[in-house]
Amino acid sequence: MTKENSIKRGRKITQTVVFGLFKICALINGIALLIIVWFLVANGWRAINWTFLTQAPTDSMTKGGILPCIIGTLAISLGAMVVALPVGVASAVYLNEYARQGKMVRFIRLGINNLAGVPSVIFGLFGLAFFVVWLDFGVSILSGALTLAAMTLPVIIGASEEALRNVPDTYREASLGLGATKWQTIYRVVLPAGLPGILTGAILGISRAAGETAPIMFTAAVFYSPSLPTSLFDEIMALPYHIYVLATAGTEIEATRHLQYGTALVLISLVLGLNLVAIIYRTHLRRRR
Amino acid sequence: MFNTATYKDIFRKGKSRRSREQIIRFLFFAIALASIITLALIVVFLFMEGLPIFSKVSVKAFLFGHYWYPTDDPPEFGIFALIIASIAVTGVSSIMSIPLGVLTALFLAETASARLREIVKPIVELIASLPSVVIGFFGMVVVAPFLQEVFDIPVGLNLFNASLMLAFMSIPTICSISEDAIFSVPVELKEASLALGATHWETIWRVVIPASISGISTGVILGMSRAIGETMVVLMVAGGAAMVPSSIFDPVRPMPASIAAEMAEAPFRGDHYYALFATGIVLFFFTLIFNMVADYISNRYRQVGAATL
Repeated sequence: MTKENSIKRGRKITQTVVFGLFKICALINGIALLIIVWFLVANGWRAINWTFLTQAPTDSMTKGGILPCIIGTLAISLGAMVVALPVGVASAVYLNEYARQGKMVRFIRLGINNLAGVPSVIFGLFGLAFFVVWLDFGVSILSGALTLAAMTLPVIIGASEEALRNVPDTYREASLGLGATKWQTIYRVVLPAGLPGILTGAILGISRAAGETAPIMFTAAVFYSPSLPTSLFDEIMALPYHIYVLATAGTEIEATRHLQYGTALVLISLVLGLNLVAIIYRTHLRRRR
Repeated sequence: MFNTATYKDIFRKGKSRRSREQIIRFLFFAIALASIITLALIVVFLFMEGLPIFSKVSVKAFLFGHYWYPTDDPPEFGIFALIIASIAVTGVSSIMSIPLGVLTALFLAETASARLREIVKPIVELIASLPSVVIGFFGMVVVAPFLQEVFDIPVGLNLFNASLMLAFMSIPTICSISEDAIFSVPVELKEASLALGATHWETIWRVVIPASISGISTGVILGMSRAIGETMVVLMVAGGAAMVPSSIFDPVRPMPASIAAEMAEAPFRGDHYYALFATGIVLFFFTLIFNMVADYISNRYRQVGAATL
């Protein structure tokens, strides 16, 4: 009896210890994120003021602001969405509404999964060889946006598919039952119902595109550009690339430290802010369902 | 007469409606091929710009050559040290990221209270969304001096630092895919185990983990794939020395770092340029293999229902 009891206690203790370990692991993640964010905020907030956000860099990038970088980042990430969103949503519509399970769908999914796994620097090489050189777009907003569009396509497809899957079949049946064709059903019923989920995906896509450095290094971003971009074929400065350049290749790495912190803070505020919006919005949508 | 006309009208209209539907269906199908086409274009252009180097060096000398001196005269194009560096940072980072990612997934799917779940899940997603350049920056200015002091080493930018940052970046991938797999284990399996007197932990260890092992492996492989392809972190914190490392505190130069750092200076369509694209081909194949294996495992060993265990 006592032996059984002690075995039972031993099992209970093991469980408590292991579950404690789970919690500690989860905690480590939270702490790591907190440390990074706290560190950037603590060091970066002093650098951020109105001048920093609205001026171009001056004195060979050791003073002044980051306005061209903010504009550049917005231009390529929104540009990427303009291309990736329609293509991504249409792909999701095909996979979720039209396609029958089979070899073809399996093949397309394999393509999407593998595209999602291609390293960012390979997208950079591809963008350089295809958009910049072969299509002769040069180092430009257009090349950068198209490269980022290729990279965010799987993200958009994934989010749109989830959104379409969550539209109840009764909606489709009701529409088809009234004599609407498949396309009318998709266009008038399924897409409007799935729109919020698709928008969440678009927000996540923008934030992903805004934070990437390697794909735009050879395709869109430059070290320093004296003027703001005026056309799709202009090269740009971008927030992530600006951080990289100032932190590694600048002539005065130590002297521009505060600018680096400031730029990093602006970038993560943008990216984490967008993500937080998407997460909260999605939680809200899931609750309503 | 009148009736026939209407009938014909309706018939014709129905026919045009049907053919329009066919066209729309085909259009969607064509657009859905965009991902495949992009992937194919990536392969074509990598090869187009990378293969010319093999007229200068043999494939064997390229892959197993120990010296990477692309700008010397005569240049040496051997990427063996870069391949080893990539494998090393991925290996060391997965030692940290696999346990952390999987245990966090178990916490989320099995033991966390609803409240904690609602907090931890977004945290993991936010980690996934952190721009890699910011993590690289953090590694440079905070972790590097810290490591230098704690371990009393000459350089803080090294294999270990890079692995640490990469581990942090691949945890969300491992965690979220594993969590999905663990979460979808049929509840009957768990109930059966609990009913036999097993504790919750014993149920997790003997039933839940075996039932979800394919999903967990998929997550782990995709996490490693993310680590091997990650660029900015290894570019900024790995140290950049193109040598085979002998300790985990040696500076290294993984493949993505080499490509990103040198592409800007490499003369257009010179040997160096071709060699960097060829390095890209090698890197691409590494991640392709990782992804194919992940895809195979998740399809082949999928837990379909309670009865298959």
